[in-house]
Amino acid sequence: MNQLIVSSSPHINSDETIAKIMRDVVIALIPAGVAGVYFFGARALLIIVVSVVSAILTEWAMQKLYKKPVTVDDWSAVITGILVAYNMPPTVPLWLPVIGSVIAIAIIKQAFGGLGQNFMNPALGARAILLACWPVHMTTWVAPGPDAVSTATPLEILKSGNIQNGLPTLWEAFIGNIGGCIGETSALALIIGAVYLLYRGVINWRIPISYLGTVALFTWIFGKNGFFTGNGIYNLFVGGLILGAFYMATDYATSPVTPKGQLIMGFGCGIITSIIRIYGGYPGGVTYAILIMNIVTPLIDRYTMPSIYGEVEENV
Amino acid sequence: MVGFDILSFIGGIHPPYCKESTEKRPIERLEPPGIVVIPLQQHIGAPCEAVVEVGEKIKKGQKIGESKGFVGAPIHSSVSGVVKSISKMPHPTLGECMAITIENDGLEELDNSIQGESLDSLSSKELIEVIREAGIVGMGGATFPTHVKLSPPPGKEIDTVILNGAECEPYLTTDHRLMVEYPDDIIYGLRAIMKILNVKRAYIGIEDNKPDAIEKMKGAVSSYRDIEIKVLRTKYPQGAEKQLIEAITKRQVPSAGLPMDVGVIVNNIATAAAISRAIREGMPLIERVVTVTGGGINEPKNLLVPIGTPFSYIVDMCGGFKEDVAKVINGGPMMGLAQYTLDVPVIKGTSGILLFTSKEVKSHEEGPCIRCARCVDVCPMNLMPLMLNAYSKNRSYEDCGKLHVLDCIECGSCSYICPAKKPLMQNIRIAKREVINMRKKQAKAN
Repeated sequence: MNQLIVSSSPHINSDETIAKIMRDVVIALIPAGVAGVYFFGARALLIIVVSVVSAILTEWAMQKLYKKPVTVDDWSAVITGILVAYNMPPTVPLWLPVIGSVIAIAIIKQAFGGLGQNFMNPALGARAILLACWPVHMTTWVAPGPDAVSTATPLEILKSGNIQNGLPTLWEAFIGNIGGCIGETSALALIIGAVYLLYRGVINWRIPISYLGTVALFTWIFGKNGFFTGNGIYNLFVGGLILGAFYMATDYATSPVTPKGQLIMGFGCGIITSIIRIYGGYPGGVTYAILIMNIVTPLIDRYTMPSIYGEVEENV
Repeated sequence: MVGFDILSFIGGIHPPYCKESTEKRPIERLEPPGIVVIPLQQHIGAPCEAVVEVGEKIKKGQKIGESKGFVGAPIHSSVSGVVKSISKMPHPTLGECMAITIENDGLEELDNSIQGESLDSLSSKELIEVIREAGIVGMGGATFPTHVKLSPPPGKEIDTVILNGAECEPYLTTDHRLMVEYPDDIIYGLRAIMKILNVKRAYIGIEDNKPDAIEKMKGAVSSYRDIEIKVLRTKYPQGAEKQLIEAITKRQVPSAGLPMDVGVIVNNIATAAAISRAIREGMPLIERVVTVTGGGINEPKNLLVPIGTPFSYIVDMCGGFKEDVAKVINGGPMMGLAQYTLDVPVIKGTSGILLFTSKEVKSHEEGPCIRCARCVDVCPMNLMPLMLNAYSKNRSYEDCGKLHVLDCIECGSCSYICPAKKPLMQNIRIAKREVINMRKKQAKAN
């Protein structure tokens, strides 16, 4: 007989692995990518590919530099690359996704300790920096179709108040036939992927539903023409809200682990998004809402720990 | 319809049952081995002292070790023969322990003390004495002396008795087979427990993946109005005491409390069967049912094994092991203990012997915590395993204490579910030990 292995119980493990979870997220993001390419053409695909390849290469290079085991096969860099691309307009020059992925992986993820250690969502952190550095590239929108006619996003139209002039219908916003970032426009495609993630147990309903519910409620209550005049439903399907709520606010590393904390995360994201959308100078608020809530996540976790089983009041 | 009636708890996991290879196999009596090694400690509490000497001729069922403290249980010889030695031997849960080695003469001569009684002729005090003298301990694995459990301190009102037939550990089928084959013994033992505690209500909790056991037990209790079979959802750790009590009675045992704090006493199926034998036949606890299974054994079986039988002998009697056995476990795969040798004997708490091949013992590379919160979701005690793990690795044991590490029931669900394959349970166990030591020191200092 061989030497027996002696190790601590339990002696069996589930089949779940980090790579399987991350791969599921990649699978869930595919429909939105297909929709982006369908509406914005091959250039969208090129941006996605460039972004993903840069993310993988950056992860590899940083891990080599830090003399850490190389874990590019865990699919997490692929997700970041996809999300960096999905958060860009389809018109950006090709060096922009490269810079975005390098910032996301090298600075926001690896410099803070790698997978699970980053304090904010890498793709969104990168987007915030790109928005500040190259605001024109990051906000030049085109209408879907082969002609690349420049357009305004629905959120910009809403902000300007000029809604008689070309605000897409709810249906167009839902299927994604609107101006916007590559991966954010088709709510339908994003929801298909989200259903897959919920079914696979990769994410749960708490953050996305509380986030979406809060935005719908607040943008309805605080409408442009007085209380209860806003279009909460329309607000759900424009801008980066669906992408943010299901794929980025739910990022494990940067969202609370406690059930109550996850509800607070969704609620907080919803409030900040609504405030920026209604009162802010910038049309979309998803990026900053999630980033701000990312930063308070440790605090939320700390104050929302579930009461333990059979907890009793300390001897009163 | 069915789904609504089935009782359970919040949290937990669904590991594959892996019970197919033994759940339909009747319990076989193992041919007693030539030598038994009976450790002087097989229970929680004070170890026994030997009351026989080397060279002494002893009979089957004779008391060979007596425990001094109240929390303790005597031990008896499982064979007749001659005491060969009293020395330190390998032990399945303690590493090493003083043990009495007896050479079996094969005559199966019974000790004179073994005489049957009946439930009606004994008072509750006498019943407790019978149980103590028979050396009965909790046979689910915890091995807490049963007579102590059945003697709640004055002031603790007990109104409910639960028999634990959940058998939520994968692979194990001992309680399952006992329920199918010996339902009347189990009920007899349960009635004794009810008489001792003067309790008018009892439940037997069984997971719904054992329909044959549920049916048999329902038949066996049909004439008793005060005993009810409760069908439980198959989910690990359904058989954990606090989870079982909540599923059946909706009562929550307080943190750091005992079942008796909510008026409940829980006993294992096998313990009830042992109580029945002790009363009806006068037979002390000298044998138990053990499931021998896993991919590494040629003939998986449910065996009735004399206490003290070496694992190696049992493996031989099950067709031997396959070449690539990599792990041997005393107990189930979730909470059992890995063994470094097959020279350890079966003790009162050995519910299973698992032999895993190298294929079944997947070694996983540990990855980083991605904060997926699966461990938080599955923890049946509502703890934060990821944080306890991090604090433990950081030696911040005080923080572990603040996060209630001592409430951990060591079910291992967190380690099981972790996609990063972190040994959460192991690190949390270390933290528990350190916190207990710290608190002891503080208590001393005060």
